[in-house]
Amino acid sequence: MSSGTLYDKVWNFHQVKELPGGSTQLFVGLHLIHEVTSPQAFSALNEKNLEVKFPNLTVATVDHIVPTINQQRPFSDPLAEEMLTTLEKNCKTHGIKFHGIGSNAQGVVHVMAPELGLTQPGMTVACGDSHTSTHGAFGAIAFGIGTSQVRDVLASQSLAMKKLKVRRIWVDGSLQKGVYAKDLILHIIRLLGVKGGVGFAYEFAGPAIEKLSMEGRMTICNMAIEGGARCGYINPDETTFEYLKGKKYSPKGQEWDNAIKWWESLVSDSEAKFDDEIQLDGSSIEPTVTWGITPGQGISIKEKIPNPEELPKNEQQIAKDACKYMNLEADQPIEGTSIDVCFIGSCTNGRLSDLQEASKIVKGRKVSAGIKAFVVPGSQKVAKEAKQKGIDKIFLTAGFEWREPGCSMCLAMNPDKLEGRQISASSSNRNFKGRQGSANGRTLLMSPAMVAAAAINGKVTDVRKLLRE
Amino acid sequence: MKQEFPKGEINTIKGRSLVIKGDDIDTDRIIPARFLKCVSFSALGEQVFADDRKELKGNHPFDLKQHKGSNILVVNDNFGCGSSREHAPQALMRWGIRLIIGESFAEIFFGNCLALGIPCMTASKKEITKLQNLVNENSNQIWDFNLKELSISNQKESFKLEMEGGAYKMLCSGKWDATSQLLDAEKKIKTTVKNLPYLNNFK
Ligand code: SF4
Repeated sequence: MSSGTLYDKVWNFHQVKELPGGSTQLFVGLHLIHEVTSPQAFSALNEKNLEVKFPNLTVATVDHIVPTINQQRPFSDPLAEEMLTTLEKNCKTHGIKFHGIGSNAQGVVHVMAPELGLTQPGMTVACGDSHTSTHGAFGAIAFGIGTSQVRDVLASQSLAMKKLKVRRIWVDGSLQKGVYAKDLILHIIRLLGVKGGVGFAYEFAGPAIEKLSMEGRMTICNMAIEGGARCGYINPDETTFEYLKGKKYSPKGQEWDNAIKWWESLVSDSEAKFDDEIQLDGSSIEPTVTWGITPGQGISIKEKIPNPEELPKNEQQIAKDACKYMNLEADQPIEGTSIDVCFIGSCTNGRLSDLQEASKIVKGRKVSAGIKAFVVPGSQKVAKEAKQKGIDKIFLTAGFEWREPGCSMCLAMNPDKLEGRQISASSSNRNFKGRQGSANGRTLLMSPAMVAAAAINGKVTDVRKLLRE
Repeated sequence: MKQEFPKGEINTIKGRSLVIKGDDIDTDRIIPARFLKCVSFSALGEQVFADDRKELKGNHPFDLKQHKGSNILVVNDNFGCGSSREHAPQALMRWGIRLIIGESFAEIFFGNCLALGIPCMTASKKEITKLQNLVNENSNQIWDFNLKELSISNQKESFKLEMEGGAYKMLCSGKWDATSQLLDAEKKIKTTVKNLPYLNNFK
């Protein structure tokens, strides 16, 4: 059993009591809600005649269903409009702060909350969305929950949960030029498998992790869930504090000094015990791309699509399925695979530095003929800052579309969808069958810079060939 | 007659049964992803197994007249795998299902059913096949499920069922309803809040 880790310390602070059946009642310090998983929870609350216990600890935004071209209300999709009005109504009735369209703070929930300084070290963060693990980048315990747990958190600000084991993933060295946090996490998921983290919280640590910016750290923790780990976290340090300083909801003055002391005390002890430890070398990682239908089916840009027959037994069937579905041939290089659509955005890679890195590749170049390429900033704040830096112009001049913030084609609950057998280069996090809106559409996951390179060349490209001094 | 949703202690369930054959039936099949775009679960009952039903044009067990009003579902291995969406058990419950018996269940699906007061009971492959055959021979017969005795029986035959201890206790005691359990701890929650630096200005 783990002890002395940040996970253990934060868990202990939030433990309310033991429940029959072996789980723990855990207090939730920050509850984030959006339009897709909250309405049923609110109706359940009403059915049971309950009220929201701590309305000031729940914060709402709208992201999944928002159109990214025309955000004029009412939305042209009546179902989307209904979901948004329901959320607005629920927030109003229960006194919950809602950051809606036009509020300057709206965005993908896992992008906007950290921007506001809502997410802080030592908190428990819950949201009806599996990529809530993102917030672990700050040294919080953050996890996705189901709709009935959303109801429980609304009613009691707590939920029933079993304590996870802790696996430390130690990454030595530093990432090479042209290799990003996305490549690192795709590489880790490839190594440990998409179920490797089931039952675990992942602590990401080591020199390569410490060198990452907060945005890079969020990319890593965001995809912990794709490796099966319900939450992933990184110990808070100077980088974390620097990011939080001066944010809207960050502590100020004397409180700030006290906060830093508390946050530092939560860092995993040097003699902390982990249930499992893994070590890898970050310097040897190359740009990584998925070729299949799970985020674990990644290979370096230099590699060939694996031959299912040569894989371990338990991976063969899914690899065969993947080859067939993706219509990609085994033993062919992934580099050079033709692309139809390029998508830069999502809670994994829709932040300012993501757009910035991608724009460096795009600058002075043109999107290859016949490619649809678009950028969806993760939030209104990202959009605004990108515009101030002229990043939107760089993309537009190159032939990209520049959209309004939202989840967009990450899961295509809005009008942004693949069509038919189209294949996308995407900076999002899931390449499941049908994920991007077409029942037989295909997705290759990669870093935003790699997506930019694919857009320029019309095919999967080693971004390092397009890097400039 | 519309059945009430599960409440309190779950001791006995009585009713007619229907069978869905096949291993690894995932939550996408139980409720296709496009139905996630809804603000309330109430319409989900009609959409359960929507794609499978469309394909079978009225011949799907959930469409057959003789199964109308059935409340016990008998399935095979790894039922409810895939995405964690709670829409799946909700859809089954709103169609009328109150008890599921199978060879095994996906962990999250099992938990989601438990949270609704729907027991997912298991038995061996051999027993399940036998039970499914009996159900299919006569869809009119009434089955009696008894949680304490871990059994389901008709007039002639009885089958032994299993369930993991924690879930069993929660259903027997009526404590599967997580919300009321959590609300019980009001005092303790107050103490937790008092001790959290970030809710007390980091004093
Ligand atoms: S961007 Fe994608 S993964 Fe992130 S919250 Fe939206 S839909 Fe979910």
